[in-house]
Amino acid sequence: MLPRYARNIATLSIEENESLSQRRVCVIGCGGLGGYVIEMLGRLGIGHITAVDGDVFDESNLNRQILSDIEVLGVKKAIIAQQRMSKVNPLIKIDAITERLTQANGKQIISGADVIVDALDNIESRLILEALCEELNIPLVHGAIAGWYGQVSTILPGDKLLSRFYAKENLQGAEKKYGNPSFTPAMVASIEVSEVLKLLIGRGELLNKKVLLIDLLRQEYEVIDF
Amino acid sequence: MKITVRLFATFRDGRQKVLELNLPDPATPQGVIDKLGIDQAEVAILLINGRDGKLDTILMENDTISLFPPVGGG
Repeated sequence: MLPRYARNIATLSIEENESLSQRRVCVIGCGGLGGYVIEMLGRLGIGHITAVDGDVFDESNLNRQILSDIEVLGVKKAIIAQQRMSKVNPLIKIDAITERLTQANGKQIISGADVIVDALDNIESRLILEALCEELNIPLVHGAIAGWYGQVSTILPGDKLLSRFYAKENLQGAEKKYGNPSFTPAMVASIEVSEVLKLLIGRGELLNKKVLLIDLLRQEYEVIDF
Repeated sequence: MKITVRLFATFRDGRQKVLELNLPDPATPQGVIDKLGIDQAEVAILLINGRDGKLDTILMENDTISLFPPVGGG
């Protein structure tokens, strides 16, 4: 056991922790959610992470996006994710895809991953991502935030939760009005990573066919069957 | 008729999270959101007693409606 993973044990068995070096996780979005997700996946020792984001950092990201600071404004988010992980855990491989996920490029980007993480910031791309995961038979861990509120669910092929959740055309996400503070993405990202880990080690109970609804203003957490 | 309404996420702002409403019969979820001042375009998911419902479904005494806005940020 490498000393860097000593504190992962006995949350994970030695065999489980070692198995993570052979796994591939693709994170779609390197902003509020994705920055924290990548940080946690890398420190756990996920062997191959793909970081996908077409955007560059701007000043409005500084209130919450852990990968952003004043020195990287204007720089591609996926590149910064890659640079940071190379310092945090050089034992893992991280690929940076500096394009927005689309119907056209999506299949190639997510193909071969064991788990996909939804760290996107809009509904339209989420629907594209869910359809691609469905087609390629890959589990998708969904997270989304708006202000004090967040939600997490683990979507297995066949569930099609997002196409139900965001069924109406031209839905405007509540975050447009309510913004995103520093603590909500960190919270939702943490829960997403715990779901990814359980999928990878095949242990524990997943938020499958369920949505965890988080209300940090009233400190209420509710799991609803869907 | 008595209807319970459960609101989630941003629908709670400026309202209570659970409301007991007395509505004239026949009542629909459309009538509920009108009474609460929620625009139907803001409703992503509507559950009646835990199952997908529609805005024009006729409600029964003691039904519980759950309303969810679209949460899409990241």
